[in-house]
Amino acid sequence: MYTLENVSKTYTQSKRKVTALADVTLTIPSGQLVAIQGPTGGGKSTLLQMLGALDRPTSGRISLGESELSHLPDRKLGGIRAKEIGFVFQGFNLIPTLTAQENVETALAPLGISAEERRRRAVDALASVGLADRAGHVPGELSGGQQQRVAIARALVKEPDVLLADEPTGNLDEETRDEIMDLLEGLWRDRGLTLVIVTHDTAVAKRAERRLHIKHGTVTER
Amino acid sequence: MFFTYLRRELAGRRRQTAIVAIGMALAIALVMIVNAVSTGVKDAQASVLESVYGVGTDLTVSQDPTPPEEGEEGGGRFEFGADDGTTSGDSTEISQSRLTAGFGSTTFDASALDTVTDLDGVAAASAALSLTNMTFSGEMPQRMQEAPTDGTAPTDGDTAQEPPTGGFDGAGGSAFDVNSFSVLGIDPGAEAVGPLSAVELADGRGLEASDAGQAVAVLDASYATSAELAVGDTIDVGGTELEVVGTVTSTSADAATASNVYIPLDLAQQIAGLDGQVSDIYVQATSSDQIATVQADIEEALPDATVSTQADLAASVSGSLATASSLISNLGLWLSVAVLVAAFLIAILFTIQGVTRRTREFGTLKAIGWSNRRVVGQVAGESLVQGLIGGAAGLVVGLAGIWVVNLIAPTLGGSAGTTTAGGGPTMAGPGATDGATAAGPFGGVSDAAGATTEVVLNAPVTISVVAIAIGLAVLGGLLAGAIGGWRASRLRPAEALRSVA
Ligand SMILES: Nc1ncnc2c1ncn2[C@@H]1O[C@H](COP(=O)(O)OP(=O)(O)O)[C@@H](O)[C@H]1O
Ligand SMILES: [Mg+2]
Repeated sequence: MYTLENVSKTYTQSKRKVTALADVTLTIPSGQLVAIQGPTGGGKSTLLQMLGALDRPTSGRISLGESELSHLPDRKLGGIRAKEIGFVFQGFNLIPTLTAQENVETALAPLGISAEERRRRAVDALASVGLADRAGHVPGELSGGQQQRVAIARALVKEPDVLLADEPTGNLDEETRDEIMDLLEGLWRDRGLTLVIVTHDTAVAKRAERRLHIKHGTVTER
Repeated sequence: MFFTYLRRELAGRRRQTAIVAIGMALAIALVMIVNAVSTGVKDAQASVLESVYGVGTDLTVSQDPTPPEEGEEGGGRFEFGADDGTTSGDSTEISQSRLTAGFGSTTFDASALDTVTDLDGVAAASAALSLTNMTFSGEMPQRMQEAPTDGTAPTDGDTAQEPPTGGFDGAGGSAFDVNSFSVLGIDPGAEAVGPLSAVELADGRGLEASDAGQAVAVLDASYATSAELAVGDTIDVGGTELEVVGTVTSTSADAATASNVYIPLDLAQQIAGLDGQVSDIYVQATSSDQIATVQADIEEALPDATVSTQADLAASVSGSLATASSLISNLGLWLSVAVLVAAFLIAILFTIQGVTRRTREFGTLKAIGWSNRRVVGQVAGESLVQGLIGGAAGLVVGLAGIWVVNLIAPTLGGSAGTTTAGGGPTMAGPGATDGATAAGPFGGVSDAAGATTEVVLNAPVTISVVAIAIGLAVLGGLLAGAIGGWRASRLRPAEALRSVA
């Protein structure tokens, strides 16, 4: 469960202050599927960074379960990301020189898991996204939809509590978009994840239990 | 994961890997070759010095030449009396040998040897007298009784005058040979230190303590060959016939020995008329850390003397060896430093560029929980392995280069004057003008004193050459890796969310 209290984030860029998040107070219960919508530059990615322990807010408090994300040192935040949080990105962000199997294994590298178990779990994760037969391919040899499936396998292989997706279908065509959404929804349902999806797409947002709108750094419920 | 990722990156970015590795390889190879050749040149210098000064000589003592006093005899002169020579038919043959102090060397009192020997820290010392034997021989026509008396030149077709006869061409011409060889008077009993410690016997026997004052000589084997002399023959030194009792060669291959002819010191002094005089003292210190102290002590005890260490002597080696030495220590050093810096810069720039290009990749890895240390380790590991690949390639190229140098085996000539006072190759004798003219005609005489030693350059592959290659590869890789890793460590995990531009 996420608890955000008066979370603000300002960026200073060439002496100009940009308020990306303005005094956001919010709770997200465990196991909820939340869609975040809003115009470009509204602060969607910034909110996801706060939820994903990638950055600390300028002011306010944010906690995930027992962990106070706003005040932990970098090393602790890294540990939380490694164990509890899975990410899916708009641009897939796979490592181009590694095979699908190896890309999935990168998520297990910081967890001190034996090479053999890493391999086994990566094979299972790829199978669960329907790519068992593509394990040896590098990203360049896969379609956009397949690459995003590999990225989802990478996010889920560590069995996290939370899955954060920043416009996961933004780079995909309509048909593939529905496939990926079906996949994410299915995984959310089966595993009891907390799933937060940033999306421009109302069709995607309509599948969510809860829809948040964020504009000028201010969050409103829909 | 580390090795899988590393392998995939290096294989997946072959061009970058190749460029960095090639740069490193060339630089490392160059450093190796320069290092090996420089060792080779030093060895060559050492062998030239050894052949002149002997093995184990730490210091030499000599004296600066001083210009002759007013009225003192300058260079030395061949003087032929009216009745000298043997006349046959129309020609007179004359021949004379003189033994004089070697060019550029000044003699001093032999008591200096005792002074040096008595000093603390001196293990052994021996004195030598460096001399040059010059033989002037030739053929002259009989004195011309029928010289023209009217002082006018004979006109064409004028046959009234008798043409001159006699001489080497039968037409009144003269021919002269100037022949010189170097003679070193040495203490026949001293074997530990001095020029003869770096020779081995080729034939006959060496000089022994009992040879003192005896009319015996030992010849450099290659001189003996060129002069057509062998053990049992006699050689005219300064007008005295000496028996050749042995021949010697230098212990360093291809090098000539210090002198053409070796004779007992007292005999040399007697023939040259230099009683109680020596030109050089060879000193061996009790240990290498004593050398500086001994040098200072000798300089204090003998204020007029010049005391040279091995390092000073190395500087006195002249000829193509000196050129090679300065070339390698100047151009070679700077060139290899420049190429090395360039290669390191290339490696660093490519690493930085790679980290910049992979901003999103490293950001993503941090976002999914990779620690800073793991990311930095990955970047540094890649650079280190690139450096090591370059190092391995450089080792192969460098060894090949050294092999080629040894295959070509360039011959370097070096000479080290038996007095190092003047340094350089000047042959100036006592008296500046005389010296200058002497350098002309006698410079061409191949057997002149201070013979050039020919040394084949051998660039050795030493452990240190291999260690340098590996060390530089590791250093270059670590340097690039440290800088690239530092850049990677500063990337924020939020970079992963940067929208795809
Ligand atoms: N690293 C940053 N430095 C400066 N400004 C930033 C940075 N990240 C985001 N911003 C600014 O914060 C605002 C919100 O950005 P973002 O959260 O990316 O919006 P969205 O994802 O909704 O398009 C924008 O005005 C953006 O320019
Ligand atoms: Mg965004």
